[in-house]
Amino acid sequence: MPHTKRRRLVTSAVAVALGATALTACGSGDDSKAESGPVSLTYWTWTPGMDKVVDLWNKGPGKKDKITVTVKKQASGDTLVTKILTAHKAKKAPDLVQAEYQALPTLVSNDALADISKEVGDSKSKFADGVWQQTTLGTDAVYAVPQDIGPMMFYYREDLFKKYGLKVPTTWEQFAETARALKKKAPDKALTTFSANDSGLFAGLAQQAGAKWWTTSGDKWKVAINDAATQKVAKFWGGLVKEGVIDNQPMYQPAWNKALNTGKEIAWVSAVWAPGTLTTAAPDTKGKWAMAPLPQWSLDQDVTGSWGGSSTAVTTDSPHQAAAAKFAAWLNTDGDALNALAKEGGIYPASTSAQLSGAFSNPPAYFSNQPDFYTKAADIAKTTAPSAWGPNVNVAYATFNDAFGAAAKSKSDFGAALDKMQDATVADMKKQGFGVSQ
Amino acid sequence: MSSLALGTAEPAAGTTPGTAQRPPLRRRIALIPTATLLLGAIYTLLPVAWVVIASTKSGHELFSTFTFLPGTGFTGNIKDLNAYRDGIYWQWMANSALYAGLGALLSTAVSAFSGYALATYRFRGSETLFNVLLAGVLMPPVILAIPQYLLMAKANLTDSYLSVLLPQILSPYGVYLSRIYTAAAVPADVVEAGRMDGASEWRIFTRIALPMMIPGMVTVFLFQFVAVWNNFLLPYIMLSDDERFPLTLGLYTLLEQGSNTPALYTLVITGAFLAVLPLILLFLVIQRFWSLDLLSGAVKS
Repeated sequence: MPHTKRRRLVTSAVAVALGATALTACGSGDDSKAESGPVSLTYWTWTPGMDKVVDLWNKGPGKKDKITVTVKKQASGDTLVTKILTAHKAKKAPDLVQAEYQALPTLVSNDALADISKEVGDSKSKFADGVWQQTTLGTDAVYAVPQDIGPMMFYYREDLFKKYGLKVPTTWEQFAETARALKKKAPDKALTTFSANDSGLFAGLAQQAGAKWWTTSGDKWKVAINDAATQKVAKFWGGLVKEGVIDNQPMYQPAWNKALNTGKEIAWVSAVWAPGTLTTAAPDTKGKWAMAPLPQWSLDQDVTGSWGGSSTAVTTDSPHQAAAAKFAAWLNTDGDALNALAKEGGIYPASTSAQLSGAFSNPPAYFSNQPDFYTKAADIAKTTAPSAWGPNVNVAYATFNDAFGAAAKSKSDFGAALDKMQDATVADMKKQGFGVSQ
Repeated sequence: MSSLALGTAEPAAGTTPGTAQRPPLRRRIALIPTATLLLGAIYTLLPVAWVVIASTKSGHELFSTFTFLPGTGFTGNIKDLNAYRDGIYWQWMANSALYAGLGALLSTAVSAFSGYALATYRFRGSETLFNVLLAGVLMPPVILAIPQYLLMAKANLTDSYLSVLLPQILSPYGVYLSRIYTAAAVPADVVEAGRMDGASEWRIFTRIALPMMIPGMVTVFLFQFVAVWNNFLLPYIMLSDDERFPLTLGLYTLLEQGSNTPALYTLVITGAFLAVLPLILLFLVIQRFWSLDLLSGAVKS
């Protein structure tokens, strides 16, 4: 036994020493001199078919500029952020990475992303302000170029709504009434479910209600996960679950797929990418769904949250940051590139001009009954509320899964779960050495 | 996948002696262990049955038909898997075979050498060395992945086949097992007799000791093979080019495609099913080496 301890100590000492040397080696990567000669870049991305989009670059503008990009396909999610940070510790991060918006503060606070404002600053006008602001983190720097977005929407079974005489809710109050009305008419059915296994959904709903979970003032962070807006959202959903008028099973499980496919659940609060998920989850109900804007908190409002979406960033480890930034800007603003991205990767572009072009003139096949799907989607996308991410979204999300998962299962108080999320997030930030104001 | 693979093989190996030595007079007592074993077998085999059946379902049938009702999409699933990114699945399969096959072979060789040395030679510090190794057995390899990545990065070996192969060659558990096995299977008298007859140490090891050690080494090989085949974190950290991915990583990229694209469930399930087959096959083929156990290593005293 004492040997185990000693061995462990030695290895962790080695790890610490390695980490330290890697850190001291940092801070000397300022290569902003002009590029000359051929440059080859590597790009970590999870978008399917990205290699085909990159081919367009390598054969077109990239060939002219002698910038070749190689795609290395990755799995998406928080684990990729960890992988990038590990590689960055060894100064081996790829030139370009795909990163979800909520991961940007984590990457930036670890000094992994380069400021590319000089190279891509002009692209600002191509994106909605709320989207662009996520890549600047409220500073003068620009850390990424927006790629895709996930404005939230309300999806419902058109046929079943008609059958039960339900109206599409425009406010959350009506949403609750609709859920109750359905339960009364068909006790074995539920309007939808509150799922505690995807924190992105809850974050988006809170964002719509006006929550700003992470903000900075001076050099200190302010964490407001249990602010009034979020509490309102938590109480609303917790109440519906407790009342028993909506389901409490998690999404993306076989049981959930079945519930959607058989019409046991007849609506889903989701985002613009829902058609893809519904295609696999509920194949038998194709053409029976319709999309509407998210219900609002008050009638005079017109806002939505966002769920998902990602950007293209350049790392500080890249010896060719200017070239990489040039590619990132092309990928996410060029018409041909975006068209290919939509076709090959199935993404919904962040670039406003692309949201109505080429690939988006027809509705997704699953929604062929709603010809104006993408026109509507573009209108909704414009109403996206700004989001405020912090450096440890992963911790907040993990706590959400635990605390809300337990609360949804036992139909207990969501407010307490929210406080738990707040406390765990603040505690982790303090542990990481961030200044947090109360 | 890991528990599945181990699970299918272990009850098979474990139940055989149990049923063979059943005394006819005490049938009632054997009922409880038999029932327990049966329950254990069901517990481990049920998920395998699920994978087998789910792999025959097409995307339409996967979540809509009864769980244990076979579907009609098996050939379609295989075709889709074959077509995905020009059949990169088979590249992953070949990579896994390389990492697990070559890695386990090298690791077994290292284990055999060091286990034999630790068991037959007395030298200063041999006990300390063994104790350190024992400590290594207790340490989960997972926590070493990141330090190993940083070391590989210093040697400029990341994102290469070597970066996954090298760290797996030294297996503390393998060395530990070889030492224990050698001590039991290769009597000091036999080694001594070889020396008396003037055989060199190398000759004693290769001609006398090694044949006696074979069943133990087969076990080490199997353990290592399964461990590498199922390993996720080490290749995940080391590799970024998906042409070099093993199956575990490849299937993971099929699951995590970002929010725009749904997970390719049917492909992942079919892929997982095919990935278990080589392991089952390996166990079936190699199992017969274990029966040598009783014959070899006997010495008249």
